[in-house]
Amino acid sequence: MIEGVAIYVLWLREMKRFVRAKSRVVGTIGMPIFFLAFLGLGFNRVSFPGLPEGVSYIQFLVPGIMGMTILFSSTFAGISVLWDREFGFLKEIMVAPVSRVSIVLGRIAGGATTSMIQGIMILFISLPLGFHLPGGSEIFFALIFMGLISVIFISMGLIFASNMHDIHGFNLVMNFIVFPLFLLSGALFPVENFPVPVRILAYLDPLTYGVDGLRWGLLGISSHGPWIDVGVLLASSILMIALGAFFFERCEC
Amino acid sequence: MLVNERGTGTSVMGAIEVRGLTRRFGSLTAVDQISFTVEGGCIFGLLGPNGAGKTTTISMLTTLLAPTEGSATVAGHDILHEKDAVRRNIGVVFQEPALDTSLTGRENLDFHAMMYGLTREVRDARIHEVLDLVELTEKAEILVQQYSGGMKRRLEIARGLIQHPQVLFLDEPTLGLDAQTRRRIWDYVKQLNRSKGVTIILTTHYMEEADYLCDRIAIIDAGRIVAMDTPARLKDLLGGDVISLQLNEEGHTFATYLQTLPWVKNVTSMDAHITLTVEMGESRVPEIVKLGQNHGVDVVSVSLRKPSLEDVFLQFTGRTIRDQEGGVMDHRRAIVTRKARR
Ligand SMILES: Nc1ncnc2c1ncn2[C@@H]1O[C@H](COP(=O)(O)OP(=O)(O)OP(=O)(O)O)[C@@H](O)[C@H]1O
Ligand SMILES: [Mg+2]
Repeated sequence: MIEGVAIYVLWLREMKRFVRAKSRVVGTIGMPIFFLAFLGLGFNRVSFPGLPEGVSYIQFLVPGIMGMTILFSSTFAGISVLWDREFGFLKEIMVAPVSRVSIVLGRIAGGATTSMIQGIMILFISLPLGFHLPGGSEIFFALIFMGLISVIFISMGLIFASNMHDIHGFNLVMNFIVFPLFLLSGALFPVENFPVPVRILAYLDPLTYGVDGLRWGLLGISSHGPWIDVGVLLASSILMIALGAFFFERCEC
Repeated sequence: MLVNERGTGTSVMGAIEVRGLTRRFGSLTAVDQISFTVEGGCIFGLLGPNGAGKTTTISMLTTLLAPTEGSATVAGHDILHEKDAVRRNIGVVFQEPALDTSLTGRENLDFHAMMYGLTREVRDARIHEVLDLVELTEKAEILVQQYSGGMKRRLEIARGLIQHPQVLFLDEPTLGLDAQTRRRIWDYVKQLNRSKGVTIILTTHYMEEADYLCDRIAIIDAGRIVAMDTPARLKDLLGGDVISLQLNEEGHTFATYLQTLPWVKNVTSMDAHITLTVEMGESRVPEIVKLGQNHGVDVVSVSLRKPSLEDVFLQFTGRTIRDQEGGVMDHRRAIVTRKARR
């Protein structure tokens, strides 16, 4: 059973928190901005092997950094259930007469919205750094890819949070799961440049398809083609939501 | 047993039925085979020292924690198999804070009310009502992180009442509140119970609170219910009067001697202080003072009173409630002797 009101309440809560927690927003988009500025400006004159014809490095990099931003903020949104537990608020949510699935969906709705806003902020920040949207870009499709990436990684955060007892595991997840997912995704350079074993890992990383989809939406270039990207991301989303809901329902708070 | 004559809208009996409820955490049995029934419209109290298992019991009854064994129904619904129905009919004020501090007081209340499916008009009216009750109307638009501890507590109590639950759980509801606010909350709780027939189950560290509010009390220690009855009957259980002696020196030896007397019931001694229960206490006081002199201790002062819930608690748990509040060490713990009843 899915209760729209509960989803709306949890979404609204996330919006209010987002608007009020300026330092949190600066914290999550700070690192992507550094990556963007330093790599983008530093490598812009280097001719990167494997880049499509006529695409400068900053053009190539921006969709990757947007993917990175969404990866980090989404994982954080999912895992922040740990903070709700730490501060007791999770009990208030869990004792409410709404299905656990609605709670998970509410969290995803809120987290996806804030993550996408942050992704779009990166897009705007990249404009003065030399990024430009070519004529044929499909912003609408880029938004869909941003949404799918959010859903997958919010659910991943939820799965971790449901299986962790306290907030101490958070750094572990960030350093040993989230960072590798980011580096493998081809956000910084083409996946085709990796040696074969690493490339296989990259193809197992959903973010690889997310970043590729974002490049297709924003620049009209893609390694796998948009349909493969959408297919993989959609399948991963459904799987991750199901797993997220399963573990969340099972955990005791 | 108290029969509830005022229970109006609620189920006729057994608002809460608990059978053999048990919860283990690893090797620790936090709640051990407890069973009790709370009649619809009653106020039921769980009294017990720290770690007795009160919160664990409440967590199970409010569907947040699965029991290891046993079962229970709340408002006629099984806590394991009808969780949603249970949740729809209860309100909970948790022992630990459970507010979103980055929201305002009003937002906390409004979000809660929306979760319970209340319409805009009802929400506004109820929020107005509960804010007024806990005197937070002026602070409603302030972020909760700027509230004091007592204000947060009051906001949580207000929140638990918004949906007008059939059964209300209050885990240490007035802990840390000043006497005035506590009194107000008591009166509201009592009035809520009287006028709306809300069944209330509360845990508390305050004896006056339990005595004033509860129709029935279960004293729980180490996960087990050790006594359960109306406050009046619990006090009668001790029998006679409580005599407190203040000595000029430490009095364990004298206390040990007093235990051997046939007309002395329970003796508790702590440093230079002895408490004993005696039938017809007035007539025994001179004798006790004289016996003290024979044993070389001077009785500095004597007081005599009817047993309080505090004495009952001490008798059954070996601890005074004051001990727990300061987290006092074992050596300060009263030495209690339970005499077999003749
Ligand atoms: N999640 C948990 N994991 C392990 N042990 C727990 C857990 N929750 C409670 N306990 C243990 O169960 C026992 C009962 O705890 P509980 O919180 O129910 O006590 P309480 O009666 O509410 O005490 P207090 O008056 O301090 O609130 C304690 O020994 C506590 O350490
Ligand atoms: Mg407790």
